[in-house]
Amino acid sequence: MSLVFMIPGPLRELAGGCAEVRVERVEDTAGSVSEALSLLWAACPAVRDRVLTELGEVRPHVNVFVDGQNIRDAGGLAAPVRDGSEIYILPAVSGG
Amino acid sequence: MPEIRHVSPRDGDVLLLVGTMKGAFLFRSDAGRGTWEMGGPYFPGSAVYAMAYDGREGRHRLWAGPHSMHWGGLLRSSDDFGQSWTNPEEANVKFPEGTGAALKQIWQIIPGRDSEPDRLYCGVEPAALFVSDDAGGAWSLMEGLWNHPQRPRWNPGGGGLCLHTILLDPADPERIRIAVSAAGMYATEDGGSTWRPSNHGVRADFLPDKYPEFGQCVHKVVQSRQRPERMFLQNHWGLYRSDDRGESWTDVANGVPSDFGFCMAIHPQDPDCAWIMPLESDQFRCAPEGRLRIYRTRDAGASWQGMTEGLPQTDAYETVLRDGMAVDPLSPTGVYFGTRSGKLFGSADEGESWSELADGLPPVVSVKAARV
Repeated sequence: MSLVFMIPGPLRELAGGCAEVRVERVEDTAGSVSEALSLLWAACPAVRDRVLTELGEVRPHVNVFVDGQNIRDAGGLAAPVRDGSEIYILPAVSGG
Repeated sequence: MPEIRHVSPRDGDVLLLVGTMKGAFLFRSDAGRGTWEMGGPYFPGSAVYAMAYDGREGRHRLWAGPHSMHWGGLLRSSDDFGQSWTNPEEANVKFPEGTGAALKQIWQIIPGRDSEPDRLYCGVEPAALFVSDDAGGAWSLMEGLWNHPQRPRWNPGGGGLCLHTILLDPADPERIRIAVSAAGMYATEDGGSTWRPSNHGVRADFLPDKYPEFGQCVHKVVQSRQRPERMFLQNHWGLYRSDDRGESWTDVANGVPSDFGFCMAIHPQDPDCAWIMPLESDQFRCAPEGRLRIYRTRDAGASWQGMTEGLPQTDAYETVLRDGMAVDPLSPTGVYFGTRSGKLFGSADEGESWSELADGLPPVVSVKAARV
């Protein structure tokens, strides 16, 4: 099972300069966003603490979309992923 | 992203570390402090509440705690005056599992004493103190303060529940004072294992009990290096002096237009001399009457004089936040402050006269001064 992470500009230097990071999941069954992110951390460990707090929660001004759906509306980190899912990590529209 | 300029300080130069809501800047001058050049912006877009210069053991190390609204915060350092910065893979200041806390902001970085050249301290929000004993590589939570039985009853001020002041007693390596808004000042005599509140005589106008054991909204505390018993405290309403390391506090708001304010600095050689910037009320929080005045005492708070030469005296509705003022170690002492409207002022004669060093910066939240 293969997944693609879309890495936002500010984090690309921590992901080897890549805009996309493809990860392979050994199990062939559907997994969760949390499991998928673990594969991303294995490939790009420095990205983890920029996306998650030390409580393991997605930072409040970061959004994660799986195949176009914000995981906040789909079960959070327990939201399902499927073979071929595109997972976007994006900064929220916030600031001043 | 903006083009980043760099400065190249030489030995003996004065360096200002200026943290803003949208990045950090460096200002360099020779010891005359007449002209300044600017470097930055570093970490554009990130709020930088904490900066420090570590010149111990021949280092020329800058520290900054940039915090991105999106990607969080961590400590970064530079050994080449900002041309390159560390960017640790793992966040270096983080709450341990089991605390149930997550870092919101790094508020203060303080190099340890000269006798402990690899030690640094870091104050954060939610209010906690971290320490490093390997020159900033690994950091650990000081659990004596975190587990203090009064901590669950601390309440956040407008800036959050932040540990913003760390005072290392120059005469006793076991003594540390910290200040938290709004918990007040706490003291340890055993290097941080145990802590007790140290607010006797400090008012809390916003509580039914005006003189509680703890819960004061202390904005800044400074301590004399020559006479460590001498401290000054700028409170959320109230201006105080202590002559016993904070065991007791005496009101010294004598002749100031307001005893509300945030920032404070003490003379590096003269324990009777300090600077403040009074603000008009805790509602407006701007320079009284639109006149930007820094007040200085030379008699330990018995009297304060407004210093105005070179500062705008009409329509100057400026605010200087709790870490927005600093002094350099030269003689005469240089005094510097940055405002929420992005102005940076400096005085090379202890506040007698002022020059505008910069305008148009993002809102300034931190100013530190050092001699390279």
